[in-house]
Amino acid sequence: MAKLRRWLGLAPASIIIIGLFGGSLGYGIAQSLGWLPFLGQRQLSLAAYRNVLAGEQLGSQWWQALLFSLWVSLAATLGSALICLGLLSSIAERQQQYRGLSTISNLHLAIPHSVWAMALLLVLSQSGIFARLGFALGWLDQPSDFPVLVRDRWGSGIILAYITKEVPFLLLLGLASLHQQGRDYLLVAQSLGANRWQRVRLVLWPLLAPSLIGGSLLVFSFIFGAYEVPALVGVRYPEMLATMALELFLNPDLQARAEGMAVSLLMSLIILAVIGLAWRWRRAEHQP
Amino acid sequence: MSYRIIVWVLALILLVPIAIFLVYAFAQGWFFPALWPERWDSALFLRQLADPQLRRAFGQSLIIATGVSMLALMFGYPAARVLELQTFRGRGLIYGLFFLPTVVPSVATGIGLNIVFLRLGLAGTLLGVMLVHLIPVLPYVVLTLGSSFARYDRNYEHQAAVLGASPWFVFWRVSVPMLLPSLVVAGVLAFLISWSQYVLSLLIGGGKIITLPMLLFSAASGGNQSLIASLSLIFITPLLLLLGLVARYLGSPATGATPRP
Repeated sequence: MAKLRRWLGLAPASIIIIGLFGGSLGYGIAQSLGWLPFLGQRQLSLAAYRNVLAGEQLGSQWWQALLFSLWVSLAATLGSALICLGLLSSIAERQQQYRGLSTISNLHLAIPHSVWAMALLLVLSQSGIFARLGFALGWLDQPSDFPVLVRDRWGSGIILAYITKEVPFLLLLGLASLHQQGRDYLLVAQSLGANRWQRVRLVLWPLLAPSLIGGSLLVFSFIFGAYEVPALVGVRYPEMLATMALELFLNPDLQARAEGMAVSLLMSLIILAVIGLAWRWRRAEHQP
Repeated sequence: MSYRIIVWVLALILLVPIAIFLVYAFAQGWFFPALWPERWDSALFLRQLADPQLRRAFGQSLIIATGVSMLALMFGYPAARVLELQTFRGRGLIYGLFFLPTVVPSVATGIGLNIVFLRLGLAGTLLGVMLVHLIPVLPYVVLTLGSSFARYDRNYEHQAAVLGASPWFVFWRVSVPMLLPSLVVAGVLAFLISWSQYVLSLLIGGGKIITLPMLLFSAASGGNQSLIASLSLIFITPLLLLLGLVARYLGSPATGATPRP
């Protein structure tokens, strides 16, 4: 009876996730292999993957998008993790409660990425607020003197949008692990004569590392696969994998659809591999 | 840096964009390099508010996000309850199942489901869009409710049952009031994720369902800055209102809101 009730409780949510999420993955894989039964196409082939990975034009597009996605995700993840670590280490010793900081960080999380990207565009574009300020201060004579910070080929607009958005996220995770007894350990270390650097390295870092590393991996995998921000403040070339996948998929050519699916699945595979490695690493760490 | 400075800087980073949207939305004839607009005019913003396309998009976004958060609470509550209050084999596996959709990009799930939903007749319908929004939403609702079930004391329920309360009565008069902050926060989180969703709505809505993010995207490619600013304001106002309502719960660990990148 208890067993039945247990499965009844789990069933609705699990069916939705297995059905929709599993279905989408299964169907995506089938279609990327060229299985389109309603079009009479039932022959499985790796053509889409071959084109994406080694095709003449698509191949180079894929590798460039992969490199660009890696660059953007790594830069934004490292940037936000370092800023978060710096902020937390500067306050951990004196602060007893973090209610204000966690409320404001939570409010940050509520702003959609797309709206955030638009704000960045209005502030940093060549006729934006900063350019106007620069002109008023006499630093530039015309809009084109202002550096291209959004919609630029290095993705700095994308990276900046993500850093400002992900610092509050990582702060929240870090605060949760500081919350418990972080300050006590730091005070003990201090009274035992540890200097500031030793306290950060030997007390604060071990306390924060699990949540910050875990959070950074989530941030990395999110940025690596997200579409909105690169679509709004990125350029067409170089593009990220998510924009490449969606563009291919929305192409009326059916072969391009299969290739779009192949790109999106390969992208997901990379993310899952990163998450899986992190998982194994954590388990290995925890085993004595 | 001191704690207070950090809090103030973060608050500023949050408020400045909103102020800038306000300026861009209500400025008239504000050309580069003017620092301050020549005059203020609410005509464009009001015209936006009255625009039938915008009203329709707002309505559809509202229906979808409300529906999604209801459905997610309905399905998420029993799952979170079982996962946290009982120990059984396969529990970790099911948590893993709920974790996966939070890391697989919505471009991938949307592309995979596009044709399935077309075949099922769900593409271009409100129900179809709501269902597909459940993929990113449901895991967060389960995780959020789960973390508050982890510190939930079932003895109150037993007490009520011993005193003769029916299961339904126990649910409404004991469980729901005790978990209310977490339920409210999970519902708001669900609303927020659904409200901000672009890719899945685009791929499943099939041009028939138009939501606010789609209008924002088309404004962004059009490049009209005051239109972008008006739409952004309209887009975030409901979110800020909702958050204002639950702000006092958000900072407390007992509510257990699961943060999301």
